[in-house]
Amino acid sequence: MKPAKKKAGLLASLAVAALALTACGGGGSGGGGGETAASAPYTVASNVSLDGSPTFDKIKQDGKVVIGVKQDQPGLGFKDAATGEYSGFDIEIARWIAADLGYPADKIEYKAIPSANRESAIVNGDIDYYVGTYSITDKRKQSVDFAGPYFETGQGLLVKKDNTSINSEKDLAGKNVCSATGSTPIQNIKENFPDTKTTEFDTYSQCIDALNNGQVDAVTTDQAILIGYAAQDPEHLKVVGEPFTVEKYGVGLKKGDDVLRKHINEMFTNGNDTWTKIYDQTLGQSGTKVEQPAVDNY
Amino acid sequence: MVRRLARPHHRPARKWQRSVDTLLNNLDIFTTGFKNTAILFVVSAVFALILGTIVGGMRVSPVPVMRAMGTVYVNIVRNTPLTLIFFFFVFGYPKLGLAELSYPVLAIIALTLYTATYVAETLRAGINTVPLGQAEAARAIGLPFMQSLSLVILPQAFRAVMPPMISVFIALLKNTTVAAGFSVAEAGAIRANLSERGEPAIVVLLWVAFVFVVLVALLSAIQHHFEKKWQVTR
Repeated sequence: MKPAKKKAGLLASLAVAALALTACGGGGSGGGGGETAASAPYTVASNVSLDGSPTFDKIKQDGKVVIGVKQDQPGLGFKDAATGEYSGFDIEIARWIAADLGYPADKIEYKAIPSANRESAIVNGDIDYYVGTYSITDKRKQSVDFAGPYFETGQGLLVKKDNTSINSEKDLAGKNVCSATGSTPIQNIKENFPDTKTTEFDTYSQCIDALNNGQVDAVTTDQAILIGYAAQDPEHLKVVGEPFTVEKYGVGLKKGDDVLRKHINEMFTNGNDTWTKIYDQTLGQSGTKVEQPAVDNY
Repeated sequence: MVRRLARPHHRPARKWQRSVDTLLNNLDIFTTGFKNTAILFVVSAVFALILGTIVGGMRVSPVPVMRAMGTVYVNIVRNTPLTLIFFFFVFGYPKLGLAELSYPVLAIIALTLYTATYVAETLRAGINTVPLGQAEAARAIGLPFMQSLSLVILPQAFRAVMPPMISVFIALLKNTTVAAGFSVAEAGAIRANLSERGEPAIVVLLWVAFVFVVLVALLSAIQHHFEKKWQVTR
């Protein structure tokens, strides 16, 4: 009985210490953030008006923000199957935008939308905006608009921790590489690395399974996504090499809503502190350091 | 409202042109996709027909063990979702440490095992339409079970079940798209590929659907051909 009690006491004092520490951190760096929980580095704006933004008109009418996100990318956009809570860098960016439009976290409706359906969800108005590892490309700009970029990454490689034969994209000849069906990274491998075998599954998590089983030698996609998976299972997985393409993530918006796009771009431009805090709380926990990219206000 | 109607890019001719461009600019993806769909379909159909006929025969066989085996196989596999069967072969099979098989081969195995159960049951329905007197007559002239099945019963059974049998194969044709999620670049993967290239998903899907309609029409034509050819005056 006694040792158990002792343990509980130790745990309690640890918890108190942790609380005190986080409170300190929040107060020290929060600045004008007020006394609210230190977790959110942004405040909910009030009296926002965006004349001429059809998306914002719709948000006001609905009384909530509908955001398209990913749900299977740890560290970026991830839905906890047990609690239903969303977390990650992209999710925080999405919440930051909602707060900037005057909508707190409890006025947000998330819709998990896989990559292939993003354009149609935006065009059909199923969502107000999309934040989910959405690369800005000229082709996509024909059907949707992008605010940002808010993050820059590139195609990377994830391998098993004990793998010594793959250190960069130059070592891929004869190897079997997995990514999501039809995705840009796998199309890139097929075109530019003809000696490499490819495997395509519906989801990245299936690729991770195949990697752990030894069915494939590496998983490839945007390095940011891979870092999230490596952070989840650092004992078995590691990210190798430098990004060998450039991907810039933007916020997907309905085409022609320039008012909202400029508003979000302004928020990114003026919010470098907030951006850094969001990064440190999410992807930055893997130990990586990244700079916020400059906004492209086209 | 008036202004919206007057907007120039709503002219249908240009929309049609853009849709055709979506097809022509990505013809490589469309042709590989449907080529792989055709391979999956033809190979699985042949094997499913063979296996299904054997299992259908087992289910009416005079040997109780054969009947039991056929029943167990049909009832287990027919009641399992196709995606689950794919999961087993793509993620489970490699763990068994047996011969390494490529993804298209695993897909063909999954599709064959799944479709054969429907072939077997359709065929059994056909066997049941053959009057008992036929089997008795075959036995009376001294034919053993295998021969009375293959020479007397099955030809009549196949003729009776032509329409539902073609339905089974039409379903197989469409079921091949499940393989897209399991590393086979067939028609089901076209949309994912092209959406990454920035093509409008709806247009791509309509093209894919259009080709499927053509392929199914082809199968229906085959059905009509054989129905006519095998027609008997009753």
